[in-house]
Amino acid sequence: MTNPWNDFKNSDVILIMGSNPASNHPISFKWIQEAIDKRGAKLICVDPRFTQSAAKAHLYAPLRSGTDIAFLGGMIKYILEKNLIQHEYVLTYTNASFLVNPALKMPGQNKGVFSGLTDGKYEKDTWAYQTGADGVIKKDKTLTDPNCVFQLLKKHYSRYTPELVSRITGTPKEKLLEVYKIYGSTGRPDKAGVELYAMGWTQHTVGVQNIRTMCIIQLLLGNMGIAGGGVAAMRGESNVQGSTDHGLLFHIWPGYLGAPTASLKTLKDFNEKRTPTTKEKDSLNWWKNTPKYSASFLRSMYGENLTIEDAYQIMPKLDDGANYSWLMIFDQMYKNKFTGFFAWGMNPACSGAHSNKTRQAMTKLDWMVNVNLFDNETGSFWRGPGMDPAKIKTEVFMLPCASSIEKEGSIANSSRLMQWRYKAVSPVGLSKPDGDIMSELYFKVRELYAKQGGPGKEAITKLTWPYGKKVGHEFHYDPRTVAKEINGYFLENKRLENPTKKGEFKEFKKGDLVPTFAWLQADGSTSSGCWVYCGSVGEKGNLAMRRGTKDTSGIGLYSEWAWSWPVNRRIIYNGASVDLNGKPWDPSRAVIKWDGEKWTGDVPDGVGNPGSGRPPFIMKPDGVASLYGPGLVDGPFPEHYEPLECPVEKNIMSPQKNNPVIKRFDASGVGSDLDVYSGVASCDPRFPFICSTYRVSEHWQTGVLTRWCPWLAEMQPGMFVELSQELAKERGIAGGDKCIVKSARGEVEATAIVTPRFKPFNIDGNTIHEVGIPWHYGWITTADRKYQPNDKKPEVNTFGDAANLLTSTIGDANTMIPETKAFMVNVVKKGVK
Amino acid sequence: MNVSRRGFLKISGAVMAVSGLGISLKPIAAHAQPLKIKYAKETTTVCPYCSVGCSIIVSVRDGKVINTEGDPDSPINKGSLCSKGGSIYQMAVNENRLDKPLYRAPFASQWKEVEWEWALDKIAKNVKKSRDASFKKTNDKGEVVNRTEGIASVGSAALDLEECFTYQKFLRGLGLVYIEHQARI
Repeated sequence: MTNPWNDFKNSDVILIMGSNPASNHPISFKWIQEAIDKRGAKLICVDPRFTQSAAKAHLYAPLRSGTDIAFLGGMIKYILEKNLIQHEYVLTYTNASFLVNPALKMPGQNKGVFSGLTDGKYEKDTWAYQTGADGVIKKDKTLTDPNCVFQLLKKHYSRYTPELVSRITGTPKEKLLEVYKIYGSTGRPDKAGVELYAMGWTQHTVGVQNIRTMCIIQLLLGNMGIAGGGVAAMRGESNVQGSTDHGLLFHIWPGYLGAPTASLKTLKDFNEKRTPTTKEKDSLNWWKNTPKYSASFLRSMYGENLTIEDAYQIMPKLDDGANYSWLMIFDQMYKNKFTGFFAWGMNPACSGAHSNKTRQAMTKLDWMVNVNLFDNETGSFWRGPGMDPAKIKTEVFMLPCASSIEKEGSIANSSRLMQWRYKAVSPVGLSKPDGDIMSELYFKVRELYAKQGGPGKEAITKLTWPYGKKVGHEFHYDPRTVAKEINGYFLENKRLENPTKKGEFKEFKKGDLVPTFAWLQADGSTSSGCWVYCGSVGEKGNLAMRRGTKDTSGIGLYSEWAWSWPVNRRIIYNGASVDLNGKPWDPSRAVIKWDGEKWTGDVPDGVGNPGSGRPPFIMKPDGVASLYGPGLVDGPFPEHYEPLECPVEKNIMSPQKNNPVIKRFDASGVGSDLDVYSGVASCDPRFPFICSTYRVSEHWQTGVLTRWCPWLAEMQPGMFVELSQELAKERGIAGGDKCIVKSARGEVEATAIVTPRFKPFNIDGNTIHEVGIPWHYGWITTADRKYQPNDKKPEVNTFGDAANLLTSTIGDANTMIPETKAFMVNVVKKGVK
Repeated sequence: MNVSRRGFLKISGAVMAVSGLGISLKPIAAHAQPLKIKYAKETTTVCPYCSVGCSIIVSVRDGKVINTEGDPDSPINKGSLCSKGGSIYQMAVNENRLDKPLYRAPFASQWKEVEWEWALDKIAKNVKKSRDASFKKTNDKGEVVNRTEGIASVGSAALDLEECFTYQKFLRGLGLVYIEHQARI
């Protein structure tokens, strides 16, 4: 999230689309409601279903799952046509004026795709900017050149007429226009609009582009960086922001440093290739500091046991262009590529798309380690439905870990706020904090390599691990020491010039904590486990522990409550909340202000002194935000494509039906026999309805914790399928009937909830039904499975198995996040053929 | 008094019936509130479920959690909690929590309780065997890759920040490249 949760109270218009915060982030509504009550804010909800969030909205507009780009593309057209943009913001803080290669062809003139597409991949030469002899990007500040980004944007979205959008999305035209009008009203400098999304936008083959479309809107309206504005990516887990920050993904090291590939043979190669450069004279280009962060990270891994170059050499490298993401893991596992597997604090048997494939894949392993609080469908996969333990070779270790109140440490919420949690009680039984478990395991592996040797032995034996104390056989992991490691240390005495004050020098001693990431060094003299957290621990202790309740900002920043990355900045891009002279666009809602000598308010982002001309989006090499985004794999502007599994024969927008660069697992030589889709080339009458997965307030994720909590299990006891009254009538289904929901990949039993919350869509004259299922269930807590004598038995049983038994192995073109928000199913009453 | 949840509902039902007669419950509430957490030690935590980051006060007496409630000081939740956040008491006080390491041998149809030491020794040996068998110094092009291809990991957004850093250190130290977690799904 760009802004804090309580900043919703500063908004004039709140758009909920791609999420349902009333159910899934319930406390967010405290602030949404305050905006409505105190500011008279308008709440809009756009969703296939009339959700709990919709019930609180002033305006609800239905849309068919997977058509968000069409809906929002129409809004871009509306905003441009009615000239609702914040002109000065667009001109100075975005790439609107940049000139693009005249050879670029856009989907409207190129059969639905951008120029450069060959064999499912884009060559991007024609997407590039025009540059002068000095390398500087050519611009047209009048925004009239036909090749400038602004004109291209206008041209591209001119095709997204309300009539056409309505035929695609199923949203009545007058509802579209009402949403466009209300949201478009926030283009005035004294108005703020915010958008709230979650997995409703990411879990699509066009997931990244869904979000891009909204970013374009927010930039056109001048809503980025301001109080009450921004884009709220509401994350699904308490620390999924933090686990991503810390690089628990194949493609990134901690702090969003791209993981090295094999062609980058030395640290020098890595730094040269991965450090962006710019010829734009006023741009700060923050990522120019990449070499400081990579060196400091390598020091946090190997300390001074290895040189930073040797540490770089020894670290694992990806093959260039190869993908090692979630869907690939289970594909490779199914194909016998792994002997060992850790599922640490996860339940992939229910959480991953295509659970049947995932569960089958686990039977091919030699061993698996599952660390969790409760028995779950992953650790016990070998005794799940359809499994014969006598035929399954996998050796499984189920290790019990401490819960969040049985250990201490910090987590980062959606708005990058790092908050400390204290230990209240000792872990249950013999369970241990995860940090103890991973440390003990590390020491055992290290000992084996130290004694017996093995390939790449030093990668293990040279790691530093001063993270606690050994007491007998047990290791007591100390999170406070690790928090310091993440912040970073000086590894030698150093006299340095203050990076923000020329001429001022400061002495540091070996072992001192680094004050902020601006002081990190590229020569190996500093360490930092994750540079964005540098500054979280210092002379004043661990700032995540702060509990200051004072708000001096007047807008609710509460800058002394815990600590947020980067450098305790609460609203990122806040440099864009002021004009080039440092004057807030809206003085009544100022985030930062120049008092004549210095900035006051939030920690300023990207700004120099007023009048310096520095563009505020410092994480972009050219310093401005991207209306035009040539960095993505699937196009510089978002274009509407149908979900892979969809209920229409054709894409009404263009001849290109699906995102042209997605990786299809049913292609020859790619996936497996289990990777099947329905309704791709043409509609499949076996699976006529759109299905989407979602959550309820009382459960969390696969229910791996909440199904075992009787209060929660009793409130939401089992799998249901929510369907419209019209569809129920057509299928002879009554509320409470047991039904079978079936896709090309599997089926689940569910109780029918017949509701007016779903309405059939009119898609280009055809009636299309959508149904929805929650994804919290699994067989382990059901009453009818076989319990062994030592098994834990839930106090309240739940009913039904995983929603992901139905979902498919198709992912977003950029991220490979599976498309679990739009796939095709059938629903029949149980026992009816 | 050890009252089960259903028993409690019966009692509170009776109280409501009494209050229906016009007896004010106010003095009782004012008296009962401080008693509940008397002599308890309070610590703060943050809800482990969604990403809002609501602060929660945990009250502990004699080493046992006796109460959890929203923290009014937090600028995020100001004391409010949702149904999940309001239930974290049951995460700690729950007979169904796993309390010992469990082991399932190849082709076995049952779990077996094992000692930590035994389990971790055996896992470490497995790790070494898998790693040694699948470690690639170079790829097909002859480029240095130093990676372990035979082990994958998923996890975890349920870990603390410090544990996330430590876990990625462990995995990358082992040479893993198949490292993923909840953020991808």
